Order: sequence, then structure tokens, then C-alpha cells
Amino acid sequence: MAKTESTFRNMALSLTLIALVSSALLGFVNEFTREPIALSNLNKKLNAIRQVVPEFTNNPNDEMYMLPTGEGDSLEIYPAKKDDVIVGYAVNTYTSRGFSGNISLMAGFKADGTIINISVLEHKETPGLGTKMTEPGFKDQFNDKNPSEFELKVKKDGGPVDAITAATISSRAFCDAVQRAYNTLQKGGIK
Amino acid sequence: MNQLKNFTKGFLRENPILVLVLGTCPTLATTTSSLNGMGMGIATTFVLVGSNVVISLLANYIPDKVRIPAFIVVIASFVTIVDLVMQAYVPDLYKTLGIFIPLIVVNCIVLGRAEAFASKNTVLSSLIDGLGMGLGYTLALGILGAFREIVGSGSIFGHKFFAGDGILVFVLAPGAFWGLGYLIALANKIKKD
Repeated sequence: MAKTESTFRNMALSLTLIALVSSALLGFVNEFTREPIALSNLNKKLNAIRQVVPEFTNNPNDEMYMLPTGEGDSLEIYPAKKDDVIVGYAVNTYTSRGFSGNISLMAGFKADGTIINISVLEHKETPGLGTKMTEPGFKDQFNDKNPSEFELKVKKDGGPVDAITAATISSRAFCDAVQRAYNTLQKGGIK
Repeated sequence: MNQLKNFTKGFLRENPILVLVLGTCPTLATTTSSLNGMGMGIATTFVLVGSNVVISLLANYIPDKVRIPAFIVVIASFVTIVDLVMQAYVPDLYKTLGIFIPLIVVNCIVLGRAEAFASKNTVLSSLIDGLGMGLGYTLALGILGAFREIVGSGSIFGHKFFAGDGILVFVLAPGAFWGLGYLIALANKIKKD
């Protein structure tokens, strides 16, 4: 078959047709994948919450509310309830003091502010050094500590937190994020 | 052209990474482990096969002067499909590969094969070319990822086989360059023999 000539009409027509067909196809794929994507995002969030608070029976995602940090933005608070009694709060907190980029954490607190557990949602720290903050060896030292008496500072800064070797900046950033969650939750008044 | 030769050329003789040295940016960035490398390779293979087939079908109907935008629209559509499907069904891999999935659109291998091969050959040859090139790419990424994972983290496919950390620098960017360098040298050696 002869090659279609590059006249204005042919060019406009072929590009329009290709764009039309591709957008129709993409619309279809989007329709098809929308639910699984929403479901997998929700599951990811619920799993993170499950790791940091005791067993709950409600859906914390539906009862999520925002509390202002006092620094111009707000954090997401997920209350975890078992038979309508609060068993803990999961706070989606962050820090911009990471070694490379923001770090996002899910921190679980009891009603009195004691840390239950912490899990790292997202980070871009150096593999092998800063990434150790996702391991129990570092992050579990915060469990069952109350920031009102357990100062969230690494030993180098005069606090009780054992920093990760060769990743003091990441360790400090981690403390910063937890501190932000604690402050916000305390200030917001625990419901 | 002999279809078997057409298929196998992507593995060594015209391997997109080791010989043509195309698409090195995602190569260096996503090969921190064997699984990441292979995931990236398979995603690219799908796009390559899809775009090669569609472009070889359409090549005669697309006027020459607008062929590049037309090819890019086709490629971008396939990439978006991969992007959405991965997000839906393999969210963990999607999270690690992150920005490099949408960036397959501008991967030189895909447009390169569209322009240099698919637009001039039959549908069947283009399909085989896309498959061979894609698998060759996956192979190179898998080997590089495995090498960096073994040396850098002391594990393979996520299974640790020795305690401790390994040589950290191989997981970082410089290790990617070294690894790729050694791999290209090795490929050249094998090709010469």
C-alpha cells in the first residue's frame, strides 16, 4: 500500500484519530483499575495503622480527622476504637529534616501520649544507613515511652535516643517527626 | 529476515543496554535489586511489544511529518496502561519503581525500536523484535540488579544469604556505574569470542 502523504488534512486526521482511540482505551483501563487502586491504597493505610495501634474494630479511615500542627499545616489523625472505646491514635506525621527528602511516619499513641509503635511509610534515606530507621533495632526503642518524660533527642544532642551509627541526621529527623505527632495530638486535645 | 535471529539479537548481539547503550537512566536507577530490575524490564517489554505491533500496523497510514508525535501518543498510551495496572495489582513494586514507570515514555529503546524497526517491518517481525529486545533488556537489568543486590546487600531476590551489610556502595549510584561497566566489558568479551 502506498504511504499516506504528508498533507495538512492527512496529518490532522491521523493525529486526531490516534489521540481519540488512545484516550478511549485509557478511559476504559482507568475505569477498570480504579477500584483495585483505591482498595490497595486503603489496605496499605489500614495495614500501617494496624501495626502501630492495638487491635481495633472500627474503620479508622472513616473517622479520620485533621489537627493543626501549629506550623501552618495539619496532620491526619486516625482514632482506633475497640467496641467504641478508644484504644489508640495513629498519627500520619512527617519531617522535612531527612537526609534526602521528606520522611513520612505512622505513629501510634495511647490516650495519655505514650508511644505504642511507629512505622515508616515513606523515605528516601541512604540505603544501608538511614534506612535502618525502618528496623526494630532503632524504632522500637520508642515503644512504650512517653515523650513527656522521654525527650525525643539523640544522645549527641543530650537526649536518650540511640542514634543510628553514621545516620545521625536521619535519626534526628525521625525524632522530629514523632515529636510533631506528639505535640499535635496533645495540643489538639485528645477526644 | 530469519525470525529466530530477529528474536535472539536483543539478548547479546544488539542488546539495548550492553551494546546499543540505550535507556541507561532507568537502568542505573532501578537495578538496586534483582526484582526491581526485572520488574522494570518486564514493564518495558510490555510497552515495547505493544507499541511495536501498533506502530507497524499504523506505519503506512501515518504521514511521515507527524510520525514522531503519533508514535509518542501510542507509546504513552501503553505506558499509562502499565502504570495503572501495576498500581492496581502490584502496589509494592509500583512504589519502588515510582517515577521510572511513567518515564518509560521517553525511554530511547521504545522510540528507537519504533522508528528504526517497527515502522519499516511487518507486524510479526516487529512483535518478535519487541519481545526479543524487551527480554534482552530484562535480562541485562536482572543481571545488573542481581549483581548489585548480592554484593551490596548480601541477598538475592530478597532472600538474605549472609548476615551483615555487604558492600554498601554497590546499592548506591556509583555501584550502578561500576556494575554496568563490568557488564558491558563482559558482553564485549563474549561477543568477540
